[in-house]
Amino acid sequence: MSGPSTYVPKSGFARWMDSRLPLARFAHDTMLTFPTPRNLNIWYAFGAILTTMLMIQIVTGIVLAMHYVANADMAFDSVENIMRVINYGWLMRYLHANGASFFFIAVYVHMFRGLYYGSYKTPREVLWILGVILYLLMMATAFFGYVLPWGQMSFWGATVITNFFSALDQITPHWGSAVATWLWGGYAVGDPTLNRFFSLHYLLPFVIAGVVGLHVWALHVPGNNNPLGIDVKGPQDTVPFHPYYTVKDAFYVALFILIYLGFVFYAPNFFGNPDNYTPANPVVTPPDIVPEWYLLPYYAMLRSVPQKLLGVLVMAGSLITLVFVPWLDTSKVRSSRFRPMMKQFFWIFVVDCLILGYCGSQSADAMLLSTSIPLVWVARIGTLFYFAFFWLIMPLLGLIETPKPLPASIAQPVLSPAE
Amino acid sequence: MKALPLAALALLAVVPAVRAADIPVDLSEPLPPKAVTWSFEGPFGTYDRAAWQRGFQVYKEVCSACHSLNRIAFHDLTFGFSEAQAKALAAAAKVPADPNDKGETTDDKGERLTRPGILADHFQPPFANEEAARANNGGALPPDLSLIVKAREGGAAYVYSILTGFHLTPPKGFAVQDGKYFNPYFAGGNISMPPPLAEGSVTYADGTTASIDQEAHDVVTFLSWAAEPKMEERKHIGLGAMVFMLLISGLLFLSYRRVWKDAH
Repeated sequence: MSGPSTYVPKSGFARWMDSRLPLARFAHDTMLTFPTPRNLNIWYAFGAILTTMLMIQIVTGIVLAMHYVANADMAFDSVENIMRVINYGWLMRYLHANGASFFFIAVYVHMFRGLYYGSYKTPREVLWILGVILYLLMMATAFFGYVLPWGQMSFWGATVITNFFSALDQITPHWGSAVATWLWGGYAVGDPTLNRFFSLHYLLPFVIAGVVGLHVWALHVPGNNNPLGIDVKGPQDTVPFHPYYTVKDAFYVALFILIYLGFVFYAPNFFGNPDNYTPANPVVTPPDIVPEWYLLPYYAMLRSVPQKLLGVLVMAGSLITLVFVPWLDTSKVRSSRFRPMMKQFFWIFVVDCLILGYCGSQSADAMLLSTSIPLVWVARIGTLFYFAFFWLIMPLLGLIETPKPLPASIAQPVLSPAE
Repeated sequence: MKALPLAALALLAVVPAVRAADIPVDLSEPLPPKAVTWSFEGPFGTYDRAAWQRGFQVYKEVCSACHSLNRIAFHDLTFGFSEAQAKALAAAAKVPADPNDKGETTDDKGERLTRPGILADHFQPPFANEEAARANNGGALPPDLSLIVKAREGGAAYVYSILTGFHLTPPKGFAVQDGKYFNPYFAGGNISMPPPLAEGSVTYADGTTASIDQEAHDVVTFLSWAAEPKMEERKHIGLGAMVFMLLISGLLFLSYRRVWKDAH
């Protein structure tokens, strides 16, 4: 996709095919000879890891769908049937359930890597925005998937999240409730809700796969960013994707899968909530309704605002903010390696997200550790910092920060490569 | 029967578990589950078959009076019993029968016709429906135990702590509600289940002394299996998967070093 093609068809059939549908040329240029910066580190392996996780989720998901029954009276039993009766059903389900968590672990590393090295900056704005869309699609898919086992947390999580829309009642009376009713296909979360969530849960991964195609396309036009954040100056700065990055990515993918399988086989319910092993019961509300761990920071932001509509808007705003990041960052320098202030604020931001996640995991009236400081105030400060990081710190830093001198090229860094 | 309260008292004196003074007056948070060790812990842990058999006996003779175990079929019992034993257990169960020659499903007294169970049959619940279960248990619903170990925070240790957490003196000022029992390991401290286990509740065929702790430990082993019957298979396959992935990772690391040797 970038640069002239170096593909030479080797057989008569390959020549014949190449002038009709040049699939081999496409694969050759994008996966074999594609010039890739020679200095990509471990954090750049997460694209390959994410692709692998998407494939694992789709394959295990298709097998699970062969045995799952999307019916409010039978869903829970069908999942237990998969766990107890279907050959290797337990393996498929644990791979799929833990796969979702590891998919999110990988996507968070991938996103933080993009933030740290300024991978969203020109000319990669569209690449970044496609990534944000993928992240939103992943969250929607994961939410729909969590509802399918029809346990207590499935049911009540679905109830809480779909009720966000009823906040619109505060703008126009009954409008939000009407939207919620339309989403549910009834007057509460029930069988029609489960059916449509299953349908969407099956659909969205293929939408994700399509957007991943666009994401990779948008990556291959400008080429990879790299830890130095400087442009590739010539062939001495790059290596062909194969074998250099195929083997490096494969090694890190294998390591990642090793850890992932460790959870699948030895702690398969680590990321789960025990309440979801109790069948959904619309008349019994669990004491604490907690979303899956990867949504906890947003849950904390939602609860930190005492007004429902504003809370929903803050949560939605925290996600929409990500779309504007390429223009909120005013710095001319991409990589935080050369941005002493940004580097510090980046790590504060990472810690802020972890603190927000912790706040979201605790009950609404919890206190900070053993103090008498309400945790909701910690979440409020955390939420403020989240928005300040993007809307205040990012634009300001570019103006006041003095970046360190950039190396001349990737092949010959002027600075010591100690960092 | 006379010896029972005395035995319970003696047990309280011997077991240094939780003294009344240790129980916080504010039971808004239940006590953390007791620290217990299990045969099925760790990457190589398995369900101790003898404990499993004793645990099945405790479930069958004590728990099953109120609690169903709907997700377990008699053929599942071949996990720890011979097929002949499982068949005998199935045959002893009364399973709702198909309509007889006259098309009836009830006898002349209106009772449901039954037949002896077969291996394919599931355990039969003690009550016909939720209403019957509640009516027989002071309004409370004894939960199905098939997934109880996985459906509770704390898992096996929690269930064990509940079963052995009775017979403690409530802290001063704590009101035990009418028809409820004090159990500091249960959220709120008031539990509808009467103390289910007593010393000698069952007579073990293998001669093990049936103390409350022993019975609880055995039945929780059995219920942990009921919640996660594929655990041993999972750990077995997991070992192979781990070794395989370690080897692959090692080989890929060597390939990575080799490929990149000339690029740096």
